[in-house]
Amino acid sequence: MVMKVHGAVLSTAAMRVFATLYEKDLEFEFVPVDMGAGEHKQERFLALNPFGQVPAFEDGDLQLFESRAITQYIAFAYKDKGTPLLCEGKPMATVSVWMEVEAHQFDTAASKLQWELMFKSIFGMATDAAVVEENEAKLSKVLDVYEARLSQSKYMGGDCFTLADLHHLPVLTNLMGTTVKKLFDARPKVSAWAADI
Amino acid sequence: MVMKVYGAVFSTAAMRVFAALYEKDLEFELVPVDMRAGEHKKEHFLAINPFGQVPAFEDGDVKLFESRAITQYIAHVYAGKGTPLVYEGKPMATVGVWMEVEAHQFDPLASKLQWELVYKPKFGMATDAAVVEENEPKLAKVLDVYEARLSQSKYLGCDYFTLADLHHLPTMTNLMGTPLKKLFDARPKVSAWAADIMARPAWAKVLAMRNQQ
Repeated sequence: MVMKVHGAVLSTAAMRVFATLYEKDLEFEFVPVDMGAGEHKQERFLALNPFGQVPAFEDGDLQLFESRAITQYIAFAYKDKGTPLLCEGKPMATVSVWMEVEAHQFDTAASKLQWELMFKSIFGMATDAAVVEENEAKLSKVLDVYEARLSQSKYMGGDCFTLADLHHLPVLTNLMGTTVKKLFDARPKVSAWAADI
Repeated sequence: MVMKVYGAVFSTAAMRVFAALYEKDLEFELVPVDMRAGEHKKEHFLAINPFGQVPAFEDGDVKLFESRAITQYIAHVYAGKGTPLVYEGKPMATVGVWMEVEAHQFDPLASKLQWELVYKPKFGMATDAAVVEENEPKLAKVLDVYEARLSQSKYLGCDYFTLADLHHLPTMTNLMGTPLKKLFDARPKVSAWAADIMARPAWAKVLAMRNQQ
């Protein structure tokens, strides 16, 4: 039975999972969830993710949610297929640190900016300039740390591309289509890393 | 060389790490970081954690930060010692889900409420009632999901205590000392689970560290 991803192609969280599956050359079935119609808040979907968010995932009788739990499951369970996305032993500890950094330092500011500068205009809502200014400043500080890190390490977690890099891709890509691109362009190591991944 | 934890005994993030170390009966040295004096924003600390936050951690030449990366390192590398806090294979996938739930669903709300109701009064600052009013119902909804989950599973990740439960301990313990205790008390499975994990001997040792200061 083929793996299933319940989600939407616009969902940055779902895109993390798709990225992982493609990196590993794994077959999967995409089950669209009509978020515009509120399908993700209905009983049938809540049975897959009680928090009513995409993506949800099935591999045989295993049902998961939370994109970063799904990507880690895929990376471990299929570690011999396609791109290795994790390391073994002590190097994994450092990959883990930078996975936490993406989740707790980068994603909070980046998601807010993505919402203001990209999704709001898609939904015909007005951007809040104060929120943009506040989060641009926060994101700048995070990217300064990234610039220093990438001067010592080819990728965020070490010398290989791992989930610590992959998890950034969906929101990073969205921000590159906004004025926030300048923050990445201004930092050579960050800029090169972003272009590479 | 003994493991080192750079932090403060009242830092909820540092307390996650202490809890993991005590669960596993591991020796460690606490290197205090004077946050009131801004030590965590100074050069020598930024060299250990460039984000200027506690805790930071050293095990020989392994240097880490971010509490949940540190606890996972401890749980995996010292898997054979003390309480098992993670598992191998498929069961770990579900533990992984509920670890993410703590980090992304529970913690953002619980941390805001903890700041308003526990830390601000300590620092002589005024609680913002609007923030409490906004986040309390959100936390209640998360706990409704926990109530359903704990009706099917003894602990959040599986039938055994794991990091998925442990990561809640510091912030949850703080909230139990505020009127928000009622949200936990109102949900029988959640209430029993909370009482169970807060009664663990390792957690008592972490709280004893705080009470000594």
